[in-house]
Amino acid sequence: MHSYWGKCLIIDLTAQKSEVRELPQSLLRNYLGGVGLGTRLLLEWAKPGTDALSPDNPLIFASSGLAGTMAPASGNHAVVTKSPLSGFVSDSVSSGHWSLSLKRAGYDAVVITGAASSPVYVFVDNEIVHFHKADHLIGQGSFQTAEAIRKHTGDDRVQVASIGPGGENMVRYACINDSYCRATRGGAGAVMGSKRLKAIAIRGTRAISAYDLRGVERASIDLYARAQAETASGHKNPRTPDNLLPINRLDALPTRNFQQSSFEQANITEEYLAANHLVKIIACPTCPAACEHLYQVVDGGPEVALDYESLAALGPLCGIDSVPAILKAVELCQFHGMDTVSTGNSIAWAMESFEKGLLTKEDTQGINLSFGNPEALVAIVESIGKRNGIGNLLAEGTKRASAKLGRGSERWAMHSKGLELAGYDPRTMKSRALRFAVGLEIQSNDCFHCGDEDIHSSSSTSLSNQEREDTAAVSNSLMICGLIHSCFSDFLSEAAHLYTLATGIHISPAELKQAGERINNLKKTLNIREGWRRSDDWLPPRLFKDPITSGKAKGAVLSDKELQAMIEGYYQSRGWTIEGLIPTVKLKALGMDDILEMAKGSWHGASLHTV
Amino acid sequence: MERRYIQCDRDKCTGCLICEFACSASKEGSFDLERSRIHVIQPTPSMIAVAVCQFCRNSPCIKACPRDALSRDEATHTLKLEKARCAGCGWCIEVCPFGAITLDESTKSVIMCDLCLDHPQPRCIEVCPQKALRLYVSKRKQSREPTGG
Ligand code: SF4
Ligand code: SF4
Ligand code: SF4
Repeated sequence: MHSYWGKCLIIDLTAQKSEVRELPQSLLRNYLGGVGLGTRLLLEWAKPGTDALSPDNPLIFASSGLAGTMAPASGNHAVVTKSPLSGFVSDSVSSGHWSLSLKRAGYDAVVITGAASSPVYVFVDNEIVHFHKADHLIGQGSFQTAEAIRKHTGDDRVQVASIGPGGENMVRYACINDSYCRATRGGAGAVMGSKRLKAIAIRGTRAISAYDLRGVERASIDLYARAQAETASGHKNPRTPDNLLPINRLDALPTRNFQQSSFEQANITEEYLAANHLVKIIACPTCPAACEHLYQVVDGGPEVALDYESLAALGPLCGIDSVPAILKAVELCQFHGMDTVSTGNSIAWAMESFEKGLLTKEDTQGINLSFGNPEALVAIVESIGKRNGIGNLLAEGTKRASAKLGRGSERWAMHSKGLELAGYDPRTMKSRALRFAVGLEIQSNDCFHCGDEDIHSSSSTSLSNQEREDTAAVSNSLMICGLIHSCFSDFLSEAAHLYTLATGIHISPAELKQAGERINNLKKTLNIREGWRRSDDWLPPRLFKDPITSGKAKGAVLSDKELQAMIEGYYQSRGWTIEGLIPTVKLKALGMDDILEMAKGSWHGASLHTV
Repeated sequence: MERRYIQCDRDKCTGCLICEFACSASKEGSFDLERSRIHVIQPTPSMIAVAVCQFCRNSPCIKACPRDALSRDEATHTLKLEKARCAGCGWCIEVCPFGAITLDESTKSVIMCDLCLDHPQPRCIEVCPQKALRLYVSKRKQSREPTGG
């Protein structure tokens, strides 16, 4: 097989053993890699009803058939597991150097099962897997961990994916860091922590074969040139903090825990950050676009990566306008290994509860947890990572924290299925309402372009949401980063061409599109198996009941009829039942007979379909 | 000919490894980063440097080689390796101050940059999307060069 190895490394932490299993070509062609392959493996390795933080929940890392070749920005990997926040599929996508090493070590995916009895780290040295004690790494952030492991292995090229104290303490939205936070959303870091697995280090030194090497080279270089032309034409990278002001102008910037949708103190621009805090711009392997901007709070201090969603969640959502405080909070999230969006959301929920008197200074260890207090923000991030005091409650995420506190605080717990909402107000940005409500993807890897979405209207978003989700599934499975899509003139046909050149497996653009649809149906199948109900596809009550309190969008609420109609339209465009279940014929049409077969055997009566 | 070598502007370089991919594809016909002649070193995310042969005037590698496998091609001011003589002992690797020589495990001989003299332009310079690489040409006159080595 070209470009793929057809190999999956299975690591059993309980027995401290590993083995290699074959991945047949048919499976790879159907599910491509990344999110698709990872979800397929999750279905196989997770028993129905597995608790996310139990040893039985497998933690899966999957790269793609393009990783290790010159294909642009193709070196990412997906981390797939059951989310400790939602109990459904968590499929976060991470950056590339670790993934490139995984591929070069000779594997397409790694499945980690069981749990160690004391902290360990795993070192995958090409074909050899070592288990090492990790007691000395406990309490360390990802950089310190990577540094210590590189020193131990004596090789700077060893790439390390690790958890910080947040993951060790099973903060439900802990993430897994390699270089900078990327496998951010959904809580995969907590799953890794529950296994007492501090890090996975990889040294991969193999060559990657390609079916048509010169063809991949030519097509890739052509795409690099287009990316360069875009940068030269002033096209800004869409993930950057520069989105804050346009989104604020559109009244879609969640402010003070979604009480408002614009922030009067919003003044943070890329120019300001570049002039005062920017240290370096770096790229993932084979990426011509280089989106990772590294900033420093103070000269010589730790560097942090900052994107729009982190800025929105730890800034306006908490009423904070101090750039140093926001950067400090991001830096602490990075050290503790926690998703910035869920962290910011949980703090904003606590701030509102504090202002409404449900939490007092007694609960907060004397901290004045009012909106806009920068010291409070920084102190609380730290306490969440350590699960100290109030941090212990917030480490559970807004769904569980509000259920525990009660007294009406559920109303402003801004999550869908337990996953906190990212930086766009669905009351004004209607397309996001549907997207957040049905939420098949946990981490948006595409981005907002002001011209792209008709932000205030809900008509036609159902079909476009399906198409968007399917393209995203292709991109997150082929692992071509969503942020460079704009340099493809026709993403599906060019991606299909690249895939065929790299792997030698012929796939047409239509088949590739169908693979995206298949992957999304697979995710939904798994979610249904794990107890998904129609009522889970919904948004927090605030968005329907609490009108926006100020700004141009003052008074705006979401109508439940409107959202209902959007969701029904979406189910219909997917060919699902009105209850959101998948008919057997649909799975058959997508060539998913293997899944139907699995459903018969071992799902203990969990229902999958109705028709 | 004057001394020339690949030079990297560290502020522009993003660590994308595209130069490594292109070099190995060009020289070895495979995506094999171990066999690239240029290596991107990134001990921490913001600290990036590139290791590639600088064609030093005093060539410690040539002096170190116990089998006289390395010599200088005066016409191009590049290194010449007589593959049959190279035993892969790694002495040149040890003495190179730039970490620019690597061992090819498959042939057990060493590899280093040859400035792509068989191409119109060095391949790595051609592909670098950040235009971080350039061909540095020494202004020092040939005649003032120390002899020997
Ligand atoms: S291609 Fe250019 S930017 Fe990328 S690693 Fe090489 S020198 Fe740096
Ligand atoms: S291999 Fe190293 S020591 Fe030899 S000329 Fe090149 S840079 Fe100098
Ligand atoms: S000049 Fe040619 S041989 Fe030397 S590093 Fe660049 S691509 Fe490789």
